[in-house]
Amino acid sequence: MKKRLGKNDGILLGTIFLVLAVGAVWFYFFGGEKGIVAEVTIDGQHYGTYSLKEDRDVKIIIGEKVTNILRIHNGEADMTEADCPDQLCVRQRAVSKQKQTIVCLPNRVVVEVIGGEDAELDSIT
Amino acid sequence: MKRKTAYLGMFLALALICSYIESLIPFHFGVPGIKLGLANVIVVVMLYGMGAREALLLSILRILLAGFLFGNPFSIIYSLSGGILSYFVMLLLKNTQKFHVISVSTAGGIFHNLGQLLVASAVVENYNLFYYAPVLLVSGFITGFLIGNVAQEVIFRLKGRF
Repeated sequence: MKKRLGKNDGILLGTIFLVLAVGAVWFYFFGGEKGIVAEVTIDGQHYGTYSLKEDRDVKIIIGEKVTNILRIHNGEADMTEADCPDQLCVRQRAVSKQKQTIVCLPNRVVVEVIGGEDAELDSIT
Repeated sequence: MKRKTAYLGMFLALALICSYIESLIPFHFGVPGIKLGLANVIVVVMLYGMGAREALLLSILRILLAGFLFGNPFSIIYSLSGGILSYFVMLLLKNTQKFHVISVSTAGGIFHNLGQLLVASAVVENYNLFYYAPVLLVSGFITGFLIGNVAQEVIFRLKGRF
């Protein structure tokens, strides 16, 4: 009577596990090309593109307020400050590989690492 | 009816305590959205023990209360989207009557994270967030499986007491 798992469960869990395992392996081996620039967008709108080779602190300003600070250091981009309560983006690890993103949901700020062949750099500080 | 109200209140309180305990544990893996989801034990137990409507009610109330108490408006949006999607997937799987609690909960865990990812992508209008999907879905699988095991044991022990 006290059955915890049956044949159907085995099939379902096994299938899901396989799919996820393949996905995770793919992610691990093919998700890893180094990026060249970090692109910042606010609310889906382009804000700025910054080379990962130059160390700098990018102040992200919305309205007249500095809402986030993005630190570019050793080829990685890391959100070091945010004015939101949850601080999820600050706790997130630094990003350096293509397609990796840091998201600050309350401010709708997205930092994305891209390859950079066709990206124009904003050299204005 | 009185009995049911009392049970609902008690389980809601229990779910809130689960959320509270979880908010005390610093549990950060570098990717936002990975959580144990302790309160989902209660949702799964309710789904099997009391019924679908009660489980949904409890899930939504728990998310709103926990959001106001320990979170912020954004954590409510995240949790609500994940919670509702995972609830309907679990209900669907349970109603096929082909699967046991652990499978139902595992699927719930995966879809919880998927729901959050969908809403987060929509809010920031950037679908490259799906880069993190493998990590989030695997974590949903693991936590859903663990939660399912706990819920299964509780359901066995509570059988016939509702």
